[in-house]
Amino acid sequence: MLRKRIALAALGLAFIAGPALASGGSAPLREHTWGFEGPFGKFDQAQLQRGYKVYREVCSACHSMDLVYFRTLAEKGGPFYDPKYPNPNDNPYAKALAAEAQVPDIDSETGDPIQRPATTADAFPNPFPNEAAARASNGGAMPPDLSVIAKARSGGPRYIYSLLTGYVNPPAGLTVTPGSYYNKYFPGDLTASWSGDPKHVPPGGFLAMPPQLADGKVTFDDGTPSTAEQQARDVTAFLTWASEPKMIERKTFGFGAMIYLVLFSVLLWFSYRRIWRNVAH
Amino acid sequence: MSGHSTYEPKTGFERWMDTRLPVIRLAYDSVVAFPTPKNLNYWWTFGGILALMLGIQIVTGIVLVMHYVPHVDHAFASVERIMRDVNYGWLIRYMHANGASMFFIAVYIHILRNLYYGSYKAPREVLWILGCLIYLLMMATAFMGYVLPWGQMSFHGAVVITNLLGALPIVGESITTWLWGGFAVDNPTLNRFFSLHYLLPFVIAGVVGLHIWALHVPGNNNPTGVNVKSAEDTVPFHPYYTVKDGFAISVFLILFASFVFYNPNILGHADNYIPANPLVTPAHIVPEWYFLPFYAILRAIPDKLGGVLAMFGAIGVLFVLPWLDTSKVRSMRYRPTAKLYFLIFVLACLVLGLCGAKLPDDHVIPIGSTFQLFDADLNSFVWLSRIATAYYFAYFLIVLPILGLVEKPLPVPESISAPVLDNAKKD
Repeated sequence: MLRKRIALAALGLAFIAGPALASGGSAPLREHTWGFEGPFGKFDQAQLQRGYKVYREVCSACHSMDLVYFRTLAEKGGPFYDPKYPNPNDNPYAKALAAEAQVPDIDSETGDPIQRPATTADAFPNPFPNEAAARASNGGAMPPDLSVIAKARSGGPRYIYSLLTGYVNPPAGLTVTPGSYYNKYFPGDLTASWSGDPKHVPPGGFLAMPPQLADGKVTFDDGTPSTAEQQARDVTAFLTWASEPKMIERKTFGFGAMIYLVLFSVLLWFSYRRIWRNVAH
Repeated sequence: MSGHSTYEPKTGFERWMDTRLPVIRLAYDSVVAFPTPKNLNYWWTFGGILALMLGIQIVTGIVLVMHYVPHVDHAFASVERIMRDVNYGWLIRYMHANGASMFFIAVYIHILRNLYYGSYKAPREVLWILGCLIYLLMMATAFMGYVLPWGQMSFHGAVVITNLLGALPIVGESITTWLWGGFAVDNPTLNRFFSLHYLLPFVIAGVVGLHIWALHVPGNNNPTGVNVKSAEDTVPFHPYYTVKDGFAISVFLILFASFVFYNPNILGHADNYIPANPLVTPAHIVPEWYFLPFYAILRAIPDKLGGVLAMFGAIGVLFVLPWLDTSKVRSMRYRPTAKLYFLIFVLACLVLGLCGAKLPDDHVIPIGSTFQLFDADLNSFVWLSRIATAYYFAYFLIVLPILGLVEKPLPVPESISAPVLDNAKKD
């Protein structure tokens, strides 16, 4: 009876995969085994630090992360967490990283707009003062905010990783719109730009972001060889962490909750058997 | 069964209270001594599960409201702030979001159990109608709750659904303007949805009270569908069903926890983590999974008003079900033909859910186009949803009324205890 119920629930859930698959149009995402996946997954702190560097030196030139604060970097599970500093605002790395950035403020004496070094209480600075400025600098396209990007794209980390490494030469017969770039993982419909066999329109789409990662573009402080592939993995891990800084806490907490619930269910099952033992039913 | 109370106040305080406000007596009669058929199976545990889910939704919801900001400019960020900066905010918010899905899983099983065992039949029609009302209120609450994070699906879902009411003749436009609080989905819409999303759960709780009251007059139906004949047929609710429901609830919570802790976003849609932007429409606007069957019925009808009427009709028909089913036998355990039609009905509902998630023109079987029938290819989800929609309505409007008159049911046991004792002899 129980199995039936679970099967029924599973059937219901089978529908959920539907809309995600229906997006169509792009190539199947690249597979990679991420250490943070699975019920016992953990982020690799060194990887998160490398990923932060890629974000800081490459992505942050155009992309904001309005919902992420410097203090978050030093919270438990974060890239710069140090158990010596339980209060993330005391963490010297987070303080130093914040101080590198300039954020707009108001001078409390004169009321004039000023720029001051960020503190751990500040969010990552936005590269553009407003959306119009962001569009003007990016050929009319708006670079999306990356705060929750891993949750905001179907496929999550797999999508980010695939997209960053998915710039390939456009197949012959495909006219790439000027100012945009062909990426086989970007969801789109290329029928209008395709002069080849209409039954075999290439997968992917055109996006305004040029390829960003290249071998040696970022120097990793821990000596990890800085290939474009490695940069893509590291920044994907960082963005996944930033999208959900409490993911590891959630899974750890969940493991305890599951053990509790299973034991509780077993106890209730035996109580049930005992209470009902003299009732024919 | 709601006969005289067997409660005897034992302490001085209980006697004092009993002559003033007999709430202890009420509690004793409803959840301790309440005589319950002894043959209820696990499909009967979903009532208790639903009561718990309502409680979880209300408690987590009240905490979320302490941190949420109902404004188009701040709603999205405030939800993320709950996830990041509020102590255990991620747990509370994921429980609330996934709790809605669990609530619907449980309510669908609860409704299908009713259909199978004929629990809606006399003398439980009012009980059933109150249940339909709860379901309708749940749908309204869930829809408005999904709008609150103000993501892309929140916004465009709200636009699509509120626009549907615009299809109603004469009053349609006024109703949508009134719902929106303006001429488009905007801050006033978010504010009133927030207000109603907070109000409706308490309305649900009130109707649940009536639902339980209406249950305690005729008492539970049971898998045989035979009325309780003697005290031998029943056991007191406590401890027999508190422990059985408790076990089922605990197992259900394992399912719930597996979503909350390990796959909290799988039941949602990635687009809802993109802040709402009225100028960018998502490629596919899909509702939450629990609305997909109704969404498929809506799209199955080529006419907008017709689609809206069919969608509401699909719920409306449930309200009159007790008078559509003509069978004298309650439980389908003794109605082999009806059982078959019921299984097809469950299948039709699942197919409708599938159709709701797919694009109407996509092929069902990957063999390409077959031939055009009226406005769409026969091998498309729109035609599959039309077939399933037709069956959905036919089940209520044709199968149940006619079958009750023409079928020959199997012999029904004398009493609840009779088949139970037969089983015992076999063991």
